[in-house]
Amino acid sequence: MAIKDLKIVGQPVRLRDLDTHVTGETVYYEDVRVPRLLHLKMHRSTYSHAKILNIDTAEAKSSPGVVCVLTHEDLPGKKKFNALAGVGVGPEDESVLAFEKVRWKGESVVAVIAETPAQAEAAAAKVKVDYEELPVVLGIDEALKDGAPVITAHWPNNHYIFPENHRAAQVRFGDVEKAFAEADHIVEDSYETQPIEQAPIETNGCIAVPVGENRITVYSNTQGLQFSLDTTAGILDIPTSKLRFIGGTVGGGFGGKVDMQVEPITTLAAMRTGRPVKFKYTREEEMRVSSSRSAWRVVIKDGVMNDGRIIARKITTYQDSGAYLRFSSYGGMKHCGHMPGPYTIPNVWIDSIVVFTNRAPSNAMRGFGVMAGSFALEVQMDTIAETIGMDPWELRLINAYREGDMKSHQKEVEDAGMVETILTAAKLAGKQLPEAFQNMSSFDQKAG
Amino acid sequence: MASKIVSLKVNGKIEELVVSALMTLQDVLRDTLDYTSVKEGCRQGGCGSCSVIVDGELRLSCLTPIQEVDGSEVTTLEGLNQSNSITALQNQFVEKYAAQCGFCTPGMMVAIKALLDSNPNPDREEIVEALAGNICRCTGYLPIIEAVESVVAEMSGASGE
Repeated sequence: MAIKDLKIVGQPVRLRDLDTHVTGETVYYEDVRVPRLLHLKMHRSTYSHAKILNIDTAEAKSSPGVVCVLTHEDLPGKKKFNALAGVGVGPEDESVLAFEKVRWKGESVVAVIAETPAQAEAAAAKVKVDYEELPVVLGIDEALKDGAPVITAHWPNNHYIFPENHRAAQVRFGDVEKAFAEADHIVEDSYETQPIEQAPIETNGCIAVPVGENRITVYSNTQGLQFSLDTTAGILDIPTSKLRFIGGTVGGGFGGKVDMQVEPITTLAAMRTGRPVKFKYTREEEMRVSSSRSAWRVVIKDGVMNDGRIIARKITTYQDSGAYLRFSSYGGMKHCGHMPGPYTIPNVWIDSIVVFTNRAPSNAMRGFGVMAGSFALEVQMDTIAETIGMDPWELRLINAYREGDMKSHQKEVEDAGMVETILTAAKLAGKQLPEAFQNMSSFDQKAG
Repeated sequence: MASKIVSLKVNGKIEELVVSALMTLQDVLRDTLDYTSVKEGCRQGGCGSCSVIVDGELRLSCLTPIQEVDGSEVTTLEGLNQSNSITALQNQFVEKYAAQCGFCTPGMMVAIKALLDSNPNPDREEIVEALAGNICRCTGYLPIIEAVESVVAEMSGASGE
């Protein structure tokens, strides 16, 4: 399909629910009114890494308004889960309520359900957990050091093990070492990005309502309704036909609502109490507890010729997953698919490593696995331009992929538009390019 | 804690309510009276999604103790809908794509209404200043500001200026 045949791209499309957004009539999960609603609050770990010696809920249970208190012993089904297990991601490493160990400060340990949010909060503060502190790992280098404290037994070196026992998600294309030996210039650098909270105005939450015959209807603002449903059924050990999830109206997500942390425990609480239960993150929980964008480190070594052709690119990426896997291996693989950027490079080597630390688990945010890569690559492109004394626009036009080129992950480029995008941006920015560059197209042969 | 009876006029209707000392205006509007346009984004006065008009002034309902507004007149977006007083603004929001997830939108509407009530002809700087307490994470603020500017232009056109 040619670009001129596209009917939607380039046209403004009106949101279906815009008319009720402006009147305040759009129904978010929290606007659903149910009688006799209970409220769930979480007692959370106060240590970044510690053995759980004892959990004492006696005082919480006798606190005013408390209806139910849940620990890991109350989980009927799966003790550990990963929301992507249904599509083959594993091993499942995280519990809805911690047992044996806590691996980050803020991890869920005991759920308290009471008549009012204030009563639930007061009772949650009365839960007593005895811990034995363990050494803490808070950064990528610390985590990967020989003899570093092990966070999860599955991963003795604190990094994820990809299928076929690989230390990293990998791309191997051509021969980078041979190309480095032939290159006129070697350009190397390392780039880091920090964790970022998605900060939707509506925090993570759900309401679970028993509707008879052991069935539960869950109103949720999750961004992955089917994953939330699947995860909940697994943890409760019930068929998915017992659950009805209603969602899709999300008060901002940006990747910050794919943790599947609130639905399973709220649904269990509704089943246990026989009453509707609501669990809503406070703003503080949203900032501290819900996962953020991962911190990334991208290390790049490029082999470049005097005429601007990049003939080899070697990338090692470290993604700080925090204490649990969540979607990080997926993000790491997406990162591989995105690299080495929108350029055709004949020799590429990528290792994308997922590192575990005792930080809050990280997860998706807009352009999962992609943003940190693009940031690193485009700063690197400017550095190359400076190193070889070439205009940075021209450098990108020379290397931009063309129709039919083979990408390093063995996929042929279709519907290429990179050259045209750069030329349009140049025009808008008032950048004067030599005629040979102005006449370039995605359908011509590359300079080399 | 001692309960108390307060009387409010909400969106034109008189409400007599038994409230406890720590209840906020937001608790009463959202949970007791079911005015669900009053959103709760932070419960700490940081996001503006709970904005309402109290006796003609813009207030954050999450930081307003209910007992402090005993006897007051309160308007939420539901009330503005009833009076059709912000139809032009709503049309401009739709026209300019000034909402995405929509969660901050009711608070924005109320804040803009409060601005236009006190200053029917604000310039861009005054509009920006008036919306400084309302956070939007989706659209960016430009379409919102432009929607307000269009309404101001329409209004001044209609009054023959």
